[in-house]
Amino acid sequence: MFSYILKRILATIPVMAIVAVFVFLLLRLTPGDPAAILAGDAATPAQLERIRDRLGLNDPLHIQFFTWIGQMLHGDLGTSLISSTPVAGMIGDRIGPTISIAIMTIIISVLLAVPMGVIAAWRHRTWVDFLVMSFSVLGFSVPVFVIGYILIQIFAIELRWVPVQGYAPLSDGIGPFMTRAILPSLTLATIYVALIARMTRASMLEVLGEDYVRTARAKGVRENVVLFRHALRNAAVPILTIIGTGFALLISGVVVTESVFNIPGIGRLTVDAILARDYPVIQAMILFTAGIYVFVNLIVDVSYSFFDPRIRY
Amino acid sequence: MAELSPSRHSAFQVLTGLFSLPAGARVGAGPMIAAAILVAIVLASLLAPLYVPYDPLAMDSMSRLKPPSEMHLLGTDQYGRDTFSRVMTGGRVSLLIGVGAALVSVVIGLVIGLVAGFFRAADGIIMRIMDSLMAIPAILLAIALVALNGPSLGSVIIAITIPEVPRVVRLVRSVVLSAREEPYVEAAIALGSSMPKILVQHLMPNTLAPLIVQGTYICASAILIEAILSFLGAGVSTEIPTWGNIMAEGRSYFQVKPGLIFWPGLLLSLCILAINLLGDTARDLLDPRMKKREG
Repeated sequence: MFSYILKRILATIPVMAIVAVFVFLLLRLTPGDPAAILAGDAATPAQLERIRDRLGLNDPLHIQFFTWIGQMLHGDLGTSLISSTPVAGMIGDRIGPTISIAIMTIIISVLLAVPMGVIAAWRHRTWVDFLVMSFSVLGFSVPVFVIGYILIQIFAIELRWVPVQGYAPLSDGIGPFMTRAILPSLTLATIYVALIARMTRASMLEVLGEDYVRTARAKGVRENVVLFRHALRNAAVPILTIIGTGFALLISGVVVTESVFNIPGIGRLTVDAILARDYPVIQAMILFTAGIYVFVNLIVDVSYSFFDPRIRY
Repeated sequence: MAELSPSRHSAFQVLTGLFSLPAGARVGAGPMIAAAILVAIVLASLLAPLYVPYDPLAMDSMSRLKPPSEMHLLGTDQYGRDTFSRVMTGGRVSLLIGVGAALVSVVIGLVIGLVAGFFRAADGIIMRIMDSLMAIPAILLAIALVALNGPSLGSVIIAITIPEVPRVVRLVRSVVLSAREEPYVEAAIALGSSMPKILVQHLMPNTLAPLIVQGTYICASAILIEAILSFLGAGVSTEIPTWGNIMAEGRSYFQVKPGLIFWPGLLLSLCILAINLLGDTARDLLDPRMKKREG
């Protein structure tokens, strides 16, 4: 077990290294000059040259790369070209809203999607199954921001249950936090629920045909125990995998949802940085989100044996 | 075409197999309706210039943000442009991006996947690179590519393509890995057929059926991502109406005129829904194992 976890952790190193090379090349090989952004429109060529020198942009490419990686590994994520503040601080200031909404989304999604998938598989080929599958296909087909605007239209504008946009941290009290976080979380949850419900159903359908399920029923185990204890546990691995790989969708969704609801999170931070060509922030943020994705999938891989005791490493 | 096992059929047979149903298989009403909706949307978009009442770019400061009327079927936007004309014309570019991104990613993914699946030496490196690309959130990668390369149609298609390629590579590679163990491939190797010939003639036909299915899903997700890119301000220039940038421009006015987001959103969702349903149907027909699994 321990050696498997260690091997799995080591395997993330080449992946992250390639991501780093890729992000670095992406920004260096495309048109656009960070020095020009920093200098502004009125800069003379001499001023530009001085800034290029100070940023190290005149060094050979591989020197620039290793300098950057060295700084990253020491925890220095660079300094924003636009606001001249350290990127690490910017992330720290804005990660709170993103994490709260992401956690709420995952809780809502798993609580809704897993029972939906289980019931759809249990009542296979009935209207319940049809309803769950329809929702699941629909969830994939409507853009995240359209869902956001529909929810705003209904719950904020027509019913006036919650404010239209904005964010309040948990420290402002549970009420203000929940009324502002619920719509973004539901918006984000739609596609995640669609994904997880679909996989849960497929995985459960496979397991429900197994002999041990018939045996359990034959000896009179209650149906909910059969479904949730016997079957769901055996169906867990593909569901966990999809929760892990679907995390990429969640990150992409956060970026959009934060724009719809005007939430000052790291998704909005990244988009603004990209549109303003704030190179150090773009590099750090893409590396950071890729790191989170790799980490979540590492946890998912390691958790398999917890849910399915047959898996031993 | 009772057993549509791709490994024993030529590309042509697989293609015709898509249109002639396997014996005993029945296509329900769902896929039929989906196909009808898709054909209607595609035709309506392609023929839009012939029937839309206004130039989709013509501004009219006298009739801004007008509600639906006889003159303007779906009203007008903040520049007085006719929403109906814009939404119908916008479909053309959205569909073009969908089809373009699907074709480009399938072709690039096919080539890389064949190489990765067949040449053991290249496999490790290629798959590590693909894993890394998949670790970068698609939307962030795509906005970065568009923002850095400029908002042209081509750069939007490329930006959507790059995050999709790893998925195609994985698929092609897995098909090739299992096909290369087949006796006829081993025989071809033993007979000294040239590498390109083995790849193109013996291995590539196996990938066709799964690629068609994957291609439809990519097409759907490309249309969706185009909309998201436009929404975030990194899409095709607003000179060219697409479903995405009509919604993006309607953002600031959605409390006054929700139709600016609702109508293009509805068409886009219907279109993606139809493509996804057809993709599911094609997958079930081509891969009976999946059919059993998905019910």
